[in-house]
Amino acid sequence: MADQRMIVVGGGLAGLMTTIKIAEMGVPVDLFSVVPVKRSHSVCAQGGINAAVNWKGEGDTPLVHFDDTIYGGDFLANQPPVKAMCEAAPGIIFLLDRMGVTFNRTPEGLLDFRRFGGTKHHRTAFAGATTGQQLLYALDEQVRRYEAAGLVRKFEIWEFLSAILDGTGTCRGIVAMNQRTMEIQSFLGGGVMLATGGPGIVFGKSTNSMVNTGTAAGAVYQQGAFYANGEFIQVHPTAIPGEDKLRLISESVRGEGGRVWTVKDGKPWYFLEEMYPAYGNLVPRDIATRAIFKVVFEMNLGVNGEPMVYLDVTHIDPHTLERKLGGVLEIYEKFMGDDPKKVPMKIFPGMHYSMGGLWVDYNHMTNIPGLFASGEVDYQYHGANRLGANSLLSCIYSGQIAGPHMVRYGHGSAVNGAAEKAAELEKKRQEDTYTKLRKLNGKENVFVLAKELGEWMTANVTVIRDNDKLRATDNKLLELKERWGNIGLHDQSGWANQELSFIKQLWNMLELARVITLGALQRNESRGAHYKPAFPERDDANFLKTTKARWSSDGPELSYEDVDTSQIKPRPRKYDVDKTAA
Amino acid sequence: METRSIRVRVKRQNGSDAAPYWEEFEIPYKPQHNVISVLMEIRRNPVTRDGKNTTPVVWESSCLEEVCGACTMLVNGHVRQACTALIDKLEQPVTLEPMTKFPVVRDLQVDRTRMFEALKKARAWVPIDGTYDLGPGPRISPQTQEFAYKLSRCMTCGCCLEVCPQYNDTTNFVGAATMAQVVLFNLHPTGEMNKDERLEVMMGNGGIAECGNAQNCVQVCPKEIPLTTAIGELGRQTTVKLIKDLLWR
Repeated sequence: MADQRMIVVGGGLAGLMTTIKIAEMGVPVDLFSVVPVKRSHSVCAQGGINAAVNWKGEGDTPLVHFDDTIYGGDFLANQPPVKAMCEAAPGIIFLLDRMGVTFNRTPEGLLDFRRFGGTKHHRTAFAGATTGQQLLYALDEQVRRYEAAGLVRKFEIWEFLSAILDGTGTCRGIVAMNQRTMEIQSFLGGGVMLATGGPGIVFGKSTNSMVNTGTAAGAVYQQGAFYANGEFIQVHPTAIPGEDKLRLISESVRGEGGRVWTVKDGKPWYFLEEMYPAYGNLVPRDIATRAIFKVVFEMNLGVNGEPMVYLDVTHIDPHTLERKLGGVLEIYEKFMGDDPKKVPMKIFPGMHYSMGGLWVDYNHMTNIPGLFASGEVDYQYHGANRLGANSLLSCIYSGQIAGPHMVRYGHGSAVNGAAEKAAELEKKRQEDTYTKLRKLNGKENVFVLAKELGEWMTANVTVIRDNDKLRATDNKLLELKERWGNIGLHDQSGWANQELSFIKQLWNMLELARVITLGALQRNESRGAHYKPAFPERDDANFLKTTKARWSSDGPELSYEDVDTSQIKPRPRKYDVDKTAA
Repeated sequence: METRSIRVRVKRQNGSDAAPYWEEFEIPYKPQHNVISVLMEIRRNPVTRDGKNTTPVVWESSCLEEVCGACTMLVNGHVRQACTALIDKLEQPVTLEPMTKFPVVRDLQVDRTRMFEALKKARAWVPIDGTYDLGPGPRISPQTQEFAYKLSRCMTCGCCLEVCPQYNDTTNFVGAATMAQVVLFNLHPTGEMNKDERLEVMMGNGGIAECGNAQNCVQVCPKEIPLTTAIGELGRQTTVKLIKDLLWR
């Protein structure tokens, strides 16, 4: 349909790329975001974006990138889409370059590339240490161009509440709420993209932005969308703890030569270099995080007895640091007061990224026809552990392929009476929900409940997992769900009521928390970021499988789907020695 | 002075047209608090210092790493991001107020739509042919990249406009942030092809002529963007264009 509109929810890299692709085909887009899109969480990505262009003559190829990604993800990702992504990566970097991203340059004026974890190659293009911000701005500018041309309508400060499903279970649009007027409205579209990011706030304090509650994914999960591999949560080895959040110190710091150490027998001990001689400080994140946990908790060698170790760049030339890592070192100095060019940084691991997310097919459609997902909210590219600088790539790549698929899909589904009727019903359902929420007058404070949720999830469902503790956590989640019904709403205002919105978000977060916790409980093996000391080995016979959670009123129903390993045969994953060829 | 608690005064406002009022809060001292974590603590127990139940304070924030620009407000009278405002470095009671150059939505939240509209008006983008695989972009020297990167870190936070005497609701002035973006896009080899379009906007109503050269903007920019250098460069570019236009008319 020429007059058909598409709906994109989320204005980070994945949502903006989807929008650009659709608009470029001449199809109008309604773009929804809880924040002005330029403030989306993609701005937080620091280190860079991967593409095997081999501009350093190291013999890098998209196939090596593909193998590093699959191996880094401990073979849990379906291989065909990962291969396609790695092949598309150089083209994506060139596109971003043409859009004017201020990538760092070599003396010849070419794009510069640096090293990142889990690879031996200089494969990461970067713009200082604020690459995500620079990429987001480039896409934001292109979307603004389409907005000025009338092809994109922005609905900023609107929150997605639910999908509109017609009688056949097909997604026909969305119901959303204006976060200022608190008005609820329905919007119809030929296809709906959810590019709503990860669920970091489920863990309370993480490296994520405040908007990353996972509420949209939680909402459609309760409407029947499958959530896959929820238990795979990446804890980044180098963050700085804070009262409000954990701030990321980019892996690029190690990519540029930063060394991790602690004091042992009165001397610096570069434990990653000693434990993993082949990759040293550039082991993948799950490996580095567990090593830091071992040093701090098993060997009691944290700096000054505290849970922290050093990340040291004081041996690197200050001008190089300024040029390549300026943004991230500046964050450390602003929050901690020390200049990392002179004093080693003190860091500790922090929850960072969800490899799991909404289940999608290779065209990024969920199991609900017409509902698509791209970016961190999908589960497609990172298996059991994501390699650094692959997330910006997967966001852009997934948006790039999903946009055209949405348009192709949308041609068959015109707006009609059935869609309008479904929209009316869903809008009514949401209005009724909020009418009830406004009457909540119990004793619990929604923000206190969220804090408890975060503390339990961080303590029991991150780096080290134990089945008894996971069971206890699920019981806690059930308790929190019950207490949720006893929340008291302080703010009765009908204008910009953040507390009211957060009550609904917390419910969706609790639903996702159960998926994450029970997925971890049932997976009795260790793979990538999922580590159970009681089951220390990878168990391909039983668990080389995607976890799929389906909502039911009794809690998530888990099933397992085979992984497509047609390209690279699974082999043991080790980083103390060089990675063997595929 | 021994501080065992943290005191905060918040200027509150229920809506755009409502009258503002002040509320004071006190929470137990902890090291490493910033303005955001204090506001979070308050919403977990929204009671004022004199024991009155109130509503959680409304504010805007997202990244908390000073890269998104969302949490800009006046902290002890100075415009800045609240996330990097560490309590240990602030005089107490800490006063929090919304920015004054934009319409207040509620409490500390303001509506900065005007800034994004200015970027649209200034055509602040590189007009690419399409997103197809058309090969690498133009070569750029490391020196040019370093300058462009500085300009490109603008978060559209609005600090520069808050302190600008010329930026208010009676003029259409776009302000330093947008002017620096024009210089950024005119610097890019592809963006330069549409330089004249952007300069025409900057030579019109609300453009560079409105700049009073107060130079407050560069002092408060949290990303230390060389705003006055950029404005100087824009002045040069518009002057050159003016002369060319006169000669070739």
